Formats: sequence, C-alpha cells, structure tokens
Amino acid sequence: MSDRSEKASELTPLGYPEELLAPGQTYASVTETITSIPLAKHPPGSWYMGFAVGFCLLMLLFVAVTWLLAKGVGIWGINIPVAWGFAIVNFVWWIGIGHAGTFISAILLLLFQQWRTAINRLTEAMTLFAVACAGLFPLLHLGRPWVFWWILPYPDTMGLWPQFRSPLVWDVFAVGTYFTVSLVFWFLGLLPDLATMRDKVETLWKKRLYGFFAMGWRGSALHWQRQQKAYLLLAGLATPLVLSVHSVVSFDFSVAIVPGWHSTIFPPYFVAGAIYSGFAMVLNIMIPVRKIYHLEGLITERYLNNMANVMLVTGEMVAYGYFIEAFMAWFGGDKFDEYMMLNRAFGPYGWIFWSLMVLNVVIPQVLWSSRVRRNPVLLFLVAFSINIGMWVERFVIVVTSLTRDFTPSAWGFFVPTVWDWATLLGTVGLFLTLLFLFIRFLPMISISETRELVSETKRISL
Amino acid sequence: MNANIHGLMAEFETHGQLLDAARKAHEHGYCHMDGYTPFPVEGLPEALGLKPTRVPLLVLAGGICGGAGGYFMEWCANVVSYPLNIGARPLNAWPMFIPITFELTILCAALSGFLGSLFLNRLPQPYHPVFNTPHFERASIDRFFLCIEAEDPKFDPLATRAFLNGLNAISVSEVEK
Repeated sequence: MSDRSEKASELTPLGYPEELLAPGQTYASVTETITSIPLAKHPPGSWYMGFAVGFCLLMLLFVAVTWLLAKGVGIWGINIPVAWGFAIVNFVWWIGIGHAGTFISAILLLLFQQWRTAINRLTEAMTLFAVACAGLFPLLHLGRPWVFWWILPYPDTMGLWPQFRSPLVWDVFAVGTYFTVSLVFWFLGLLPDLATMRDKVETLWKKRLYGFFAMGWRGSALHWQRQQKAYLLLAGLATPLVLSVHSVVSFDFSVAIVPGWHSTIFPPYFVAGAIYSGFAMVLNIMIPVRKIYHLEGLITERYLNNMANVMLVTGEMVAYGYFIEAFMAWFGGDKFDEYMMLNRAFGPYGWIFWSLMVLNVVIPQVLWSSRVRRNPVLLFLVAFSINIGMWVERFVIVVTSLTRDFTPSAWGFFVPTVWDWATLLGTVGLFLTLLFLFIRFLPMISISETRELVSETKRISL
Repeated sequence: MNANIHGLMAEFETHGQLLDAARKAHEHGYCHMDGYTPFPVEGLPEALGLKPTRVPLLVLAGGICGGAGGYFMEWCANVVSYPLNIGARPLNAWPMFIPITFELTILCAALSGFLGSLFLNRLPQPYHPVFNTPHFERASIDRFFLCIEAEDPKFDPLATRAFLNGLNAISVSEVEK
C-alpha cells in the first residue's frame, strides 16, 4: 500500500490533494487493512516503545496522586494569591484538546465533510481520554477528593445543596455531560465495527469478547436506520454542547473580577483555542500512527492538509483574541487592565508571554504554505509547537493574572514544584496508555464509514 | 410451511443489486423482510417499505424532560430547599440557571437517543437466527443479504426461493431458527 501512496496524488485547482482514498480499495481490502491492526498477533516494535513511555508516566501519575492524597494540595506550588496553579491550567488544556474530536466527529458530519471518515474514530477516542485527564485535575484540586460527590445535587442529611449560581458548579455538569455524550456517541459509531471484529476474529474467547460488546448487531436495515438517525441526532446535540463546554470553562474566569479574566471575549476565544490545540493534538497522534501502520492509503494527504487549514483559521482567531485583549486593555482605560497587560508582557513572567507569541502566533504562520501543509514532518513540528503554546497560553491567563491583581500588598509569585510537573506528565502518561491500548484492541478507523466511501468512489468512477 | 425456518436469505454482490431486489420484493407484496449490509445503504429502508424510525421523538422527549427537570432541580435547591441571600439578589436567578438547564437538556436527549435506538433495535440480543446463514459473517464485511421471513403471509418455501433466484442473487439459502 505504501507504494501506491508514494505517487504524488492529484491536486485540485485550490492546490490541495484531491483523493480521500488511495485508488483500488474494495470493501474487503479496507476491512482487512483496518482490522489487521488490532488482530495482529504482535503489535509493531514502536507500539511497545510508545506504550512503555506512556505506562512509565502513568506510574508517575500514581505516585504523584498517592503523595497528593497523603499530604494534601500543599505539595503543589499553589498558595494565595495563586490558588489555581497548574491544576486549572492543565484542566483547561486537556478539555480543549478534547474539543477537536467532537468538532471532527459531529460538526464535520453535519456539514457533510467526508474528510472526517478516516480520522473521526481515533479523534473521538482522543476526546474521551483527554476529558478523562482533564476531569482528574478539578477533582484532585478539591483538596478532599474523597468527598467529591458533595458538588453533586442530592438530598443529603446536612440539608445542603450546591450553589447553582456559581460557574464552578456549571463546570461539573458541562464536563460530565461532555464526557457522557462523547462516550455514547463514540460507542454508537463503534457498534457496527465491533460486529465486524466479532466476525473477523478466529480465537473463540476473543470472538466472545468482541461479540459481547457488539451486543448482537447484525447490520439489518432496521438497525442501520435507527443507528444512523440516533448518530445524526447525537451529532446535532454534540455540536452546541462542544461550544458550550469551553464557554462554561471560560465563565470560571470571566465571571470573576480579576483583571485579565473579566472579559466578554473569553467564550469564543476559548472555543477557538480549544479547536486549535485539539487539531494540533490530532496531528501529533495521527502523523506517527499513519506512518507506523502504513495507513497512507486511508489517511491521505488531503486529511493532513485540511486539518492544517482548520488549525490555520482557528490560529488566526486566537491571535485576534490576543490582539483584542491588548487593545481593550489600552482602549478601555481601566488602570488595572492596563497594568495587567504590561505585567503580562514585561513583568516577571514576560518571557513566558513572548514564548507564547512565538509558539502560537509566529510559528503557525508557516501553514500558509501548502507545501508545509502536505509535509508530515513539518506539520508534526508545527502542531507540537501549538500544543505547547496552548498550554503556555493557559498558564499566562491563570497564573500571571492571579499573581498581580489589585492591591500590591496582596501580590505574590508562583513557582511550580516537582509534583506539579509530575502530575502534568502523569496525565500525559494516562492519555498515551489509553490511546495505545485503544489502537491495539479496537479498529481506529471507522470501517463501515470507509466502506461507504468506497461505495461512493466506485459510483463516481463508473 | 416449515416451522423451523426463519426465512430465506439471498446473498448479493453489490448494494445496487440488493436495492433492486428489495424494491422488487416490496412490489411483489412481501412485507416481513430485512436487508443485511456492511454499511448503511441509502434508500434501503424505503425500498423495503420500512416506516421512519421513532428515535427523533424519543430524543425530543428526553430533551424536554432533561431541560424542565434541570431547571426544576435548580429552582428547588436554590429557592425552596436552601435559599441563600447574596446581596438581596433574586433567588430564582434564571440567567444563572441556564447553563445547567442546557447541559441537562443535551445529556438527557443524547442518552434517550442512544438507549432508545438500542431498545428499539432490541439490543443487546444474544441470539438471532440470521447468524445461522452460511457466510453471514460477510454481511459485516463485503456482502449484501436480503431475508424474506417465514412469517410473511406471502411466504412459500418454493415460490419465494424461485422469486429470489430470479433476482441476480449469488446464492439463496434457508435460515434455520
């Protein structure tokens, strides 16, 4: 298959590669290509390497969390005035990464964008794992995570109820809903492919295992009719949901009066940033996976190009957000806002702000060149820069704003401890471990949707 | 009529042939039949004469219950059960109740869509006779099947078999119960 994809694919008048599928694919060949990855007796060596890295970092997470539970949140660098620190930075970063998965699977489905086909399954899985990582942070940051259910509304013996006028409670519902809806959406799309796996495997216990999760799916017209309708409706529901989740996250900031947080631009600016970093993460995962498993025939250059385009557009929106923040600080004439902006750029954390500008605004401009958009190595590097950049952005928003708010006597400084870094790296480990297990045991490309693509390609060529 | 027969299953190479066959069978007056395909074939439910699904109604009902229930929960908690006076602001602070009302609308609509579609499909279902068909595993890979079921009033083992044989099928086989 790699021979076929090495041929330069044709370009459309707009300069992007045209084909979504390498020529000569049939129903059986796409099924074989995709199922051969989870059904292989042994995964490739690079899988073991990646899994080992992820697993070691996951162990680091266990150590960090155990120490946290034993000693309390004092092991982190947080204090007054910076009580939020890394936990909230990481929470916002991970949630944002998840957004690209929903964007690809739901919004592009509603817009009939066929270039979602080969990537939606993996990105939905990425969403689930990223939200799982994100959800850990507010829980751990509670201080006493073992009584986390106190934030849920239930008639307790103390007669207490959550304060529904607080954005922090909204977060619980937004993130909980987001995870649940992403999970059922992912599973509903996976169901027919689990049936394919059941029908393809030969070992009895594996057949039973896949068969258990396929729940007796038999691909009948009635099944498809209901599954497709439910899938479409879930996509329709997930679309406003994904926009609401990062908006609610941004309310955590913008409802407060801290200079640098109290801004109406936050919801759209957060959502654009979320999709920006999410696509960067998708590319960081997809480019190596595509190479290692020789999936160039299914995940063609067209996909890379289109994802780079989305990154470019959302990147410009984010850059506009940075500009407007600075502009409003000057134009609004509020002394504290003006100082916030000067402090951001030239204060003690100034170097972080400028590295943010380089990573998130300057470097991604190379995506204007279609040659970069089609070059996997360069694209990987740009996406990596954006991922780091978006994390730095959240650091600038959370930490720099909190260190110096109104009264200089209440100012402070934040330095992360080794446990802050360990928890962050640990969640990267959790994410990688889950991702590698997913790639090993489940079809990472939607087989039924790829077959649909084959049937349509055939119709056109006939 | 043989009581041990679920129906007669015809196997096709392409979805176009299956669509033609389904249309002809429907015109011929068969009504208890089903197609089995490796991907959703556009127009197949209509060709088989299936009614539109009720999944959207379930989703609507779930959404309405979730939204109304969500607002009611917030109102009960913050107005009736545990009123907190914060600077004499209204207890029924409806703008602040919108985000959770919205999230619960989506949550309940999505869950009822998911569970509703599984329930209507009678899944999970550990056993179904169509799996007794020879090479039925290819229905989830690259083959297209049409099954005319024995409970169809027009079903006749010989006539139906002859009818299916006349539709370009690769093979026609009996499906045991």
